[in-house]
Amino acid sequence: MAEIVTLADAIEATVHDGDTVAMEGFTHLIPHAAGHEVIRQRRRDLTLVRMTPDIIYDQLIGAGCARKLVFGWAGNPGVGSLHRFRDAVENAWPNPLELEEHSHAGMANRFVAGASGLPFAVMRGYRGTSLAAHTAGVADISCPFTGEILTAVSALRPDVAVIHAQRADRRGNVQYWGISGVQKEAVLASARSVVTVEEIVDTLAPQPGAVVLPSWTVGFVAAMPGGAHPSYALGYTERDNDFYKAWDEISRDRQRFVAWLDEHVYAAATTTGPATTGRAAVASTGAAARAGAAC
Amino acid sequence: MYTPDEMMTVTAARSMRDGMTCFVGIGLPSEAANLARRTHAPELVLIYESGAVGAKPDHVPLSIGDGVLAETADAVVSVPEIFNYWLQPGRIDVGFLGAAQLDRYGNINTTMIGGDYARPAVRLPGSGGAPEIAAACREVVVVLRQSRRTFAERLDFVTSVGFGAGADSRQQLGLSGAGPTLVITDLGVLRPDRDSHELVLTGIYPGISVDQVRDSTGWELAVSPDVTELAPPSPAELAALRRLLASAPAIPTATVPTAGGAAS
Repeated sequence: MAEIVTLADAIEATVHDGDTVAMEGFTHLIPHAAGHEVIRQRRRDLTLVRMTPDIIYDQLIGAGCARKLVFGWAGNPGVGSLHRFRDAVENAWPNPLELEEHSHAGMANRFVAGASGLPFAVMRGYRGTSLAAHTAGVADISCPFTGEILTAVSALRPDVAVIHAQRADRRGNVQYWGISGVQKEAVLASARSVVTVEEIVDTLAPQPGAVVLPSWTVGFVAAMPGGAHPSYALGYTERDNDFYKAWDEISRDRQRFVAWLDEHVYAAATTTGPATTGRAAVASTGAAARAGAAC
Repeated sequence: MYTPDEMMTVTAARSMRDGMTCFVGIGLPSEAANLARRTHAPELVLIYESGAVGAKPDHVPLSIGDGVLAETADAVVSVPEIFNYWLQPGRIDVGFLGAAQLDRYGNINTTMIGGDYARPAVRLPGSGGAPEIAAACREVVVVLRQSRRTFAERLDFVTSVGFGAGADSRQQLGLSGAGPTLVITDLGVLRPDRDSHELVLTGIYPGISVDQVRDSTGWELAVSPDVTELAPPSPAELAALRRLLASAPAIPTATVPTAGGAAS
């Protein structure tokens, strides 16, 4: 059964220095608040796994949390470069960043293999590209029935998956809908998991196209309203496209980035803001949930 | 009057047939597809790799995962499903890709330029969905601005395969789609030679000379003996495009070409 706790407690319990961590959410439902908590807890030497690193990993990389990045596309969607990612790769700032680079289809299949308990997935891909030469975990495989040459990609089995969802019930069953990415596979492939949610409700009302992760597949649930920002939670918040555009300028310069991090991430733990409000809200819902579970 | 980018977008939109299924990357491909849907191809099926199948956005989205795509789609599927069930079997008619660099066989680089892989001079976003789109869509259309930098003699990294080393490379690699059958730039359009599959200039825009295109190409450009001048945007096309872009979020000028691709 999932435990309903504060975000700080969930990250403290699950994300350790040196871990392999997958924070998933394809443009939609990106767990930004949880990423900020990892930065605040100053985790180091993480292997960060994600199909599209996006702003959230730009922040973690710039904050010095990452040793290695496993990814498919590292850009600011619709805007341009991820400057902290580029600075790490091109100039080793603040640390050198090892890359394990795949296509999106390859990453998706690697999560599927992990969730399926298989050592690899089979797909058509990578042939003729330069990717295979630079990436471990990609190999030719021949079909045992026809002899056709296909591509095998190794399974992803992260230590921790971190995702954001629209809601959970008091028993920790998680429900999300809209663009659903690869979060189900990421949670099922990982040894531990943290889910932040917009709200904790008594009962999960059916929702068209919703994915439900039963409580027993999830480690920790934390209420974090607005926790995807500047990404969004369909039905609750809108994607803050202006922030994505603003990030281009904020992240271009090291000092400006560091100042932003100080103000909006490190200081956010002790001042009022979405994170603090969210955590306060969770304390009561969490207690209620535990009381409910005990009955 | 119109700009070279407007001519490029209109040309890309014209290449889409009504009713076809189209895997769309963000940026210019998305603008062109949405323009086509507003002009001659109202039944164009837009598929975004975020899992939105049959999206009908009322404005050009900033990302491939904007809420408007999920809210207007016929179906929303997971990312493993969009690649494995929808793209990989060859169900999609055409894939629209951007590129940072292209070579004479339509191979695409969106990964890195200069230096070596581990410490490149310029690190680009990488592959995203593009390699499998380039491999599996029945046809691929590549859209990019043309210069000696973008039309490169040699790619530092092959992110997505066009015609590989030319001739029957695609068959040898087992790539199911026909590859890049059309490349649209801000100067004109290129199509692959039937046998060698080297790109050949087949169309130029009004006011552009063949020499100008040659000078903007990093290799000795093959030019069709029948190269034709393409029609300028009609007033209706221009009006629709400008209305469309007026509804889109403004994008700051990036210092590097974004991978585009079907990338996020």
